This record gives sequence, structure tokens and C-alpha cells, in this order.
Amino acid sequence: MATAKQEIGNGNGSLKYVGTRPWRPDGVDKVTGRAKFGADLSLPGMLVGRVLRSPHAHARIRCIDASKARALPGVKAVVTRDEMPEVPSQWVPAGEVQVNYRDMSQNVMAREKALYDGHAVAAVAATTAAIAKQALDLIEVDYEVLPHVIDVREAMQADAPVLHDDMFTQGVEPTPETPSNVFKKVHFQSGDLDKGFAEADIVVERTFTTKPVHQGYIEPHAVVASAGEDGQCEVWCCTQGQFTVRAYCANLLGIDIGNIRVTPSEIGGGFGGKTVVYLEPVALRLSQLAGRPVKIVMSREEVFRASGPTSGGAMTIKMGATKDGKITAAKAWLAYQAGAFPGSPIQPGCMCVFAPYDIENAEVEGYDVVVNRPKVAAYRAPGAPISEFAAEGVVDEIAKKLGIDPAEFRLMNAAKEGTRALYGPKFGPVGCIETLEAARNSEHYSIPLGPNQGRGIATGFWFNIGGESCATINVNEDGTATVIEGNPDIGGSRASIQLQAAEALGIPPEKVRPLVADTDSIGYTFLTGGSRVTFATGMAAIDAAGKVVEQLRERAAKIWDIPVEAVEWEDGYAKPSGSNAGDFEPMSMAEIAAQAGKTGGPIAATASINAQGAGPGFGTHVCDVEVDRETGRVTVLRYTAVQDAGKAVHPSYVEGQIQGGAAQGIGWALNEEYIYDKDGRLENPGFLDYRMPVASDLPMIDAVIVEVPNPNHPYGVRGVGETPIVPPMAAVANAIENATGIRMTDLPMSPPRLLEALDNGGANGGS
Amino acid sequence: MSSLRFEAPETVEDAVRLLADADGEAMPLAGGTDLLVQLRTDFVRPGLIVDLKRIPALMDVTVNGDDIRVGAAVSGATLGKNKAVTSAWPGVVEALELIGSTQIQGRASLGGNLCNGSPAADSVPALIAAGAVCEVAGPNGARSVPVEDVITGPGQLCLGPGEIVVSFVMPKPPPRSGDAYLRFIPRTEMDIAVVGAGVALTLDEAGVCTHARLGLGAVAPTPLLVEDGAKALIGTKVDDDALANLAAAASAACNPIDDKRGTIAYRVKVAGVLARRAALIALERARSNG
Ligand SMILES: Cc1cc2nc3c(=O)[nH]c(=O)nc-3n(C[C@H](O)[C@H](O)[C@H](O)COP(=O)(O)OP(=O)(O)OC[C@H]3O[C@@H](n4cnc5c(N)ncnc54)[C@H](O)[C@@H]3O)c2cc1C
Repeated sequence: MATAKQEIGNGNGSLKYVGTRPWRPDGVDKVTGRAKFGADLSLPGMLVGRVLRSPHAHARIRCIDASKARALPGVKAVVTRDEMPEVPSQWVPAGEVQVNYRDMSQNVMAREKALYDGHAVAAVAATTAAIAKQALDLIEVDYEVLPHVIDVREAMQADAPVLHDDMFTQGVEPTPETPSNVFKKVHFQSGDLDKGFAEADIVVERTFTTKPVHQGYIEPHAVVASAGEDGQCEVWCCTQGQFTVRAYCANLLGIDIGNIRVTPSEIGGGFGGKTVVYLEPVALRLSQLAGRPVKIVMSREEVFRASGPTSGGAMTIKMGATKDGKITAAKAWLAYQAGAFPGSPIQPGCMCVFAPYDIENAEVEGYDVVVNRPKVAAYRAPGAPISEFAAEGVVDEIAKKLGIDPAEFRLMNAAKEGTRALYGPKFGPVGCIETLEAARNSEHYSIPLGPNQGRGIATGFWFNIGGESCATINVNEDGTATVIEGNPDIGGSRASIQLQAAEALGIPPEKVRPLVADTDSIGYTFLTGGSRVTFATGMAAIDAAGKVVEQLRERAAKIWDIPVEAVEWEDGYAKPSGSNAGDFEPMSMAEIAAQAGKTGGPIAATASINAQGAGPGFGTHVCDVEVDRETGRVTVLRYTAVQDAGKAVHPSYVEGQIQGGAAQGIGWALNEEYIYDKDGRLENPGFLDYRMPVASDLPMIDAVIVEVPNPNHPYGVRGVGETPIVPPMAAVANAIENATGIRMTDLPMSPPRLLEALDNGGANGGS
Repeated sequence: MSSLRFEAPETVEDAVRLLADADGEAMPLAGGTDLLVQLRTDFVRPGLIVDLKRIPALMDVTVNGDDIRVGAAVSGATLGKNKAVTSAWPGVVEALELIGSTQIQGRASLGGNLCNGSPAADSVPALIAAGAVCEVAGPNGARSVPVEDVITGPGQLCLGPGEIVVSFVMPKPPPRSGDAYLRFIPRTEMDIAVVGAGVALTLDEAGVCTHARLGLGAVAPTPLLVEDGAKALIGTKVDDDALANLAAAASAACNPIDDKRGTIAYRVKVAGVLARRAALIALERARSNG
């Protein structure tokens, strides 16, 4: 990577294409309907797959009799636990989280027990959808219904129904002798908490809860899988990581990785929820048994019942500060619902909870707790929005009690370069202060409010990741270029990679065509997640471009018969330099490409990197609300979201990320929740009653980009996709408090909850 | 797989005959914005669908003397453009126009909204407030049924086999009349009413209320006509006390359930709030219709 900075670019140090706003390469296809999404592929002889799901929240599966389904004409294969290999427990790192192959296997197809309403228990492949559906009705599952638990705090009680009888809490000494629903305890500590609280003039302690919320991607999960007689397998699906799907299918079904090729489709949203597998291994197994391709597409109801939301959490935050506004100590107790299998984002939740602040004495204790709900999956900054919602509420309350402006109070304690984060590292250059200042100085922050209106501010942090990426650049005969990379584009990354490659090559972005390739057409690339793609894969593309420029200079040198050192690359042209300056007319990329055959063959290069030094992301949001005191309805009047992007490669798509995160966060704050009946069945598996905001619910989200360059990227890029979902819940809650004097501690702050709190004149129920 | 027959008759008589003579379950189709969704999710499995949209009587809007007649299958988009109805009963039109989106408006009808049988149907409280009466045709002839009597329980109607709603008849309102409908949803669009309230009222020259009707939705197993609501307003100048009494009457009439869309306590309280707010709009309209 060291090559990138000095040797490439347009020569004069300023950026020509990075920072501009051309049309996105995938835009026209998306608005005209030409883009091919997960469900759009059809193959000859393809069968329709359907999944049978448990109607029970917790039940032992005594017996599954699929004989009638197998006998139904048109049914070509049935898969139950008996057709799926038994996979041993093995934890493997997966970006921001860890996954266990045994749990994953049991999540895609239940084994001894069904652990949530919607848990897959069988699947069929048939010649038509109608036959597949009929076949599901013919499968007899004998369930022994068991007591279930939905709530995280109830699940931690000693008398709670236990989901896994081999789960003995990790991270506590001594390891308990009885199994429980607490998978592990996480602990971080720094300084001296007692001393810190003793120094405080004011201490605030509050308990908060949040509900699991779904990523709400518009495109349901969809897959076509085809297993050939020779063992070669092909999978087409909508995913955030084709290499992840390949590894998971290989491990779950005992297939060599080299025998599986996964092609990602265009993706209709993921937000972290498409980093796991549900249908892919099942479809592939069905295809192996049927000898024909199998397509499975989830309904929206299945998406809600069986695919990952993020955790709900229960949190207690205690924080102390001096009269003059210095936070002296902070303590957090966090419990996150993992769903039916361990692996909530409790770790990142603990890492991020106090990260926006420089606090000497702090302690965080976190618990990963299983409950009878679908296994959680990543969702934008997994874990951070939950804990930071709680912490930012307490920060706000302290500021209010001290009579200090909430932005000023945050600025007085803000993390900066050199601040040591509770989880270990010292921050490099970060933009926490810059986003706070931009928010405080915004016009929005000082416009007057009307009756029943309130303003809230909140800051959020997400660490962002780098990781493994490959990129290949092929120079075409006419001097255009193709960048091949391996990250499904969920947030405009094709545009940002195109721009970075164009910058490094010195040619206009419209001459660079980005392509997201299948697993056999590009080297291993970690999935699209952790806000890593523009940073890491962008850097791989810059590296590949650097190698291409190297070759272009060599070819020009050959044509001119001068040393390569005497050829410089500027604005897409080779130019003789030094003592040869002016000897020849500059030669364009097109001219060099046209002669490539004669000068050594095709011009192409690949870079493979493990990108380190992702720049952490800070954002500060300001929200105005109006509260209808008679109905509890909250209207978001105005919203400004400031974020440090390091360098906004394509500002429009950075703004899009900021707006999208804010919109999702407002939904999380106000209305989104899973509603279970007393039997643990999900009552609102659809967008009608799972109330994500619609366009008319939101004002224009004003996105403000701040640029504090990340020194570890040639153009200064930081990830931007996740941070914007961290501040909104607290910004909205703080605004409601400002409007009504009531601190809402439980999400969602839906009209019935807020009205109840208003009528009781105090904190809302549950806290 | 069972088969599904589709017919599109051009007269009321043919429609009634097809529905009455069918072997299995037969269902009329207006805009299909409820029916098609229910078909796709297997909520209903009819053997025969009878499209009503080719029958002129169901697609017309006519004004005859003192009556306004709206065909049961007229879409929201069409009714919204009808000057006679929008000026006479703006609350009814607004209620119908609240349904769904632009796409849904091209299809959704008053007849479908009522005959789907939902206690939360948006246009129904407004129709009740307007005093609308359904003209029903069936194998045993025609009859008239007040809107508030049509729905007998969630998804249940007083219509017999083969009976369809042909049209809604509303009186031409006298001078100084106004109506309004408000619903509460947590979002701004694409949601089902947690509470709906329709109010119609008429004032005399002195500004005293001489006639009033209150319809409520989503607060009981069926949409409600709240007689005590009318009593609270009639004989008053619709002042704060009268409005408070109206709100109390609305809340008292509620018999809701706790469900995913709202709690009992919430619905009871908000029914009163919306009744009062709707009455204020109706009052404003009545005063400007002098
Ligand atoms: C996206 C969306 C949003 C929606 N939003 C709302 C909303 O905000 N508020 C709301 O109230 N509803 C809403 N709905 C429901 C629906 O659009 C309305 O109830 C609409 O008025 C139904 O009218 P239709 O003409 O489409 O009825 P159809 O679907 O054609 O019929 C509905 C039912 O009535 C029967 N029927 C139809 N006409 C007659 C007749 N003349 N005589 C006897 N029976 C008849 C049918 O057999 C069927 O059972 C929504 C639906 C969708 C899909």
C-alpha cells in the first residue's frame, strides 16, 4: 500500500475525480428495472424450493415424517435435519462478529429443537410452487412444546427456560455448573471507578431498554443453487459476501471450497442482514438430492420471522461529572439478546458505549443472552446504537442538570487524537470534536422552537474495519479500464471504487467500469460490512491502478526507447520527463493500450491486501420534534446529521448513507418493534405493522460532511455506512425530553408509550 | 389445486344471479385492493369472483333532488374529482382518499372498504356520520340498509348470499352543515387506523347545533354510530363544554381490544381526542357553508 500515496494520483497532489458526483454506474439499471436481483435468475429445469417453519417458539422435535410429501408427484427432494450433515461446534471470526458453524447449521435447519417461531424444520423442492406448498402441508412434525422466553432480563433469571443445556456462561470465574441462557460475559475496565465517582459532584444512573429491530431491506433473501453430478456447485444469491456464502456452504455441507462458485446478484439492501446464510445451504442440499437447480425466495413474512434483526438490549448506565462539566467516571451494564443462538453484538456494544468521550475511569460489563427469537444478524454498526442510546441519554441528563449546553458539555469531554478508548487503542486523528462543532455552529442548532417542540443532540461512534480485499484492473484495447472487485454494492461502493481507480489512473470515471465478480473471478475478498469497502477495497483498487500505471510507463518507455524512470504519468498520459522532457508528445492510455500487443501483451494488474488502519467514524445529529400531547405522536420537524467521512469520495452517496442511517434510526426510535403473543409467535411479520418510517414521516435529512483525513488511506477515506445509525435514537429521545421534560428510557417511543408517560407525568413504564 | 372462475357481468341482476347460484364460495370484486391481497395470502379461497366494475349502477355518481348517490365501486381517484360530492361531504371524500397510496386510490372503493368488514375501515365512520344508507340488491330483491348496520363483526356483514351493495345514498346537506374525518396512525401513510372518528353537524342561523352524528372506527368489533356524541352537540354552540362532552361520549362508547396496533387505554383516550378535533373541523366547515 505504501506505493499508492506517492507514485500515483494526478501528480499535483490535489484530487481531480475523488470528491466529484458523477452518475453511479449501477444507477440507470436500477431505476429502469433492468438490474438483476436475487429472485430474477431462472435456469432450465429449475425447481421451486419452500421451507417449512416451526410455529412454536420453543419445542423439542420428536419426529418428522415427510413420507407423504416425498410421495407427492412433482416433489423432487425433501430436506430435514436427517439430510443435513451434523456440524461440530467451531467459532470462526467473521468481521465484526464471530460465528459458530454448528449453530449456523442448526439455524438453517433445526435439529433437536425448534428455538423460535419461524425456525426452519424442513424444506422441499418441487416442480411448481403450488406442489411445493402442498408438500409442506403434508410434512408431519411431532413437537413437544416447551416453555419459552422472549425478554432478555427474564432469560437471565435462574428459573428461565433454558434453550441450550450445554451453555455454561463464559467469562465468569468460576465457570457455572448449571447451564443458563447467558452465553458469555464481556468486561472492560480502565482507571479507578470508585475514585472517579468520588470526584463527581453529580451522578446519574438510569436503566434503558431497546427492542430488536429488523434491517428492513426491501429485497427478501433469494437463492438459486445448482449442484452438478461431478460435485461442482453454483450458487446465485443476494448477499453482502459471496466468499462468506461459499465458506458457509462448504462448511455446513462438507464440500471443498474450490467446488463451489458463488455469484452475487444485485442487492436490494442488506444493512448487515445479508452477511449470513439461511437459504443457500438448504437450496444447495436440495439441489444435490434432486439433481436439478433449486430456487428459494423468502416471503416478507419469512424475512421477519426467520432472518436476523439486531439485538434488543437492557442497559444500566451510571455516570458522574464535576460541576464544571468534566465526566469523572462511567459504568455500563449491558445485556443483549442474541436470539436463539449465541453471538449478539455485545462486544462492539461494550467497545463503543463511551467511545465519544475521554473518560479516565470507566467500566463496562456486558452479557450475551439467548432467547426464543430469530438469531440476530449484523445491522449497521452492530451493537453500538443500543448502548450509545443509553449512554447519550445519561450524558444529556447530566448536561441539563449542570446547566451546560449539551453540545458544549460533549465538547468538553470529547474524544480526540491521543484519547485511549476503553477497549484499548489510542485514537489517531478523529473527527469527534469537528462533528460536534459543526452541529453546534449549524443554523439548525440555534433556530427558535415553538410550543411542544424540542431539540435533541447526540453523538455516535463506530470503529469501522478494514480487512482482506482484492481488485483487478484490466486495461482495454481502447484505453478504457475495468475494475473487478469482490464486494456486493450495498451503499454506492461501485461508484467510490470507480472514482478511486479513475483518480489513481488519471482517467475520467466514465472510462472505468466497475464490476462485482463471482468467487472464481476475483481473489478472496471479505464481505461488504464494517464500512470497509470504500476504504479497503478502494485501496486495493488504488494499488492495482498503481501497478497498471507502472506497466503503462514501461510500455511508453519501450515505445520511446527511453528509461522507464524518464517517463512520468500525469492525468492519464505518459510524458517524457527529466532530460527527456519534451522529446515526445505525451501518449494517452488509449494509445499505449492500442499497442499493448506489440509492447508485451495485455496490460492488467491485481492487488491483494489486508487493509489496516480503518479510521474510526464519529457523527453528531441534531433533531427537532413536536409532540402531540393528546395522542403521544412525535413528528420529526427537522434533522441535521453531521459526520466525519475522512474524505467523501462521492459526496452524494456519503450523504445518502448519512440520510439512510438517520432514517432507520428514527424508525428504531419511534415505532419499530417485534410484537410477540403469549405463545411466542410473532404478530407483526410485515411492513404494515412492523412500522418502519415511510417517506412522508421524515423531513429532509440535512447531511453535513466533515473531513478529517484518515492517514492510513491515500485519499484519507474513512468508512461512513454505519456511524449514522448510532446517534438518532438518543437524538430523538433527547428532543422529546427537551419538549416535554420526560425522559423516555424504553424504545420504541411509540404514541401509546409516550402518551402513557405524559399522562403519568414521569418516566415511561418499565424503567 | 382448486380452480378459480372469473366473471364480469354488466347488470346488477346478472351479478346477483352469478353470486347466488355459485356452488362454492363466490365473492364480488370491486377495486380488489383487499381481495387480491387476501387471495395471495390464502386468507380467502373463493371458487368464483364476480367483477362489479362493468355495472353502470356501481360506477356512477348521481345527484337526484335531495339525494346524492355514489356507486359502490367508484374509486377514490374518481370520487375525489367529483365536485358535487366533495363540496357536500368533504369528510367522506377525505376518508376514502386516506386509503393507501396513489396506486391504491385508482381502485379502492367505498363498497369494498365497507364490505371487507374491517372495524378499522377508514371511510365507514365518515359514511356513518354522513347518514349514508346502502342500496342493497339480492336474489330476494332490493333493500336499504344504514351503513352502521352493515358490519356485524370483524369480517362479518348483514348481507345474505348473493347480496351486493349497489350504491350509497347520502342526503344533500342543508346550509350551515359540515363534516370531517380524522384517523390516528403512528405513521403518516400506509397504516391501519388505530382510531378513526367522523363527525357531521348542522347549525342554525344562531350557530346552535341542530343535527349531529358521530361515527367511530377501530374501537370496537364494528364501526360505531355514537348516539351520545350527537346528544352532546345538539342544542349547543359546539363550545368547549360540548366538545368535552362529545369526547367523553366517544371514549365511553369504545369497546376496543389490546392488540399490536394499540392498547385499550390508548384507543379509549384517543377516540375522544379525535372526535373533538374532527368536530372542530366540521364546525369550521359548517360556519363557512352559511
Ligand atoms: C397498500 C394498501 C393500503 C391500504 N390502506 C388502507 C387505509 O389506509 N384505510 C383503509 O380503510 N383501507 C386500506 N386498505 C384496504 C383497502 O384498500 C380498502 O378497504 C378499499 O376501500 C377496498 O376497496 P376495493 O374496492 O379495493 O375492495 P375489494 O378488494 O374489491 O373488496 C373488498 C371486499 O368487499 C367485497 N365487496 C366489494 N365490493 C362489494 C359490493 N359492492 N358489495 C358487496 N361486497 C363487496 C369483496 O368481495 C371483498 O370481500 C389498503 C390496502 C392496501 C393494499
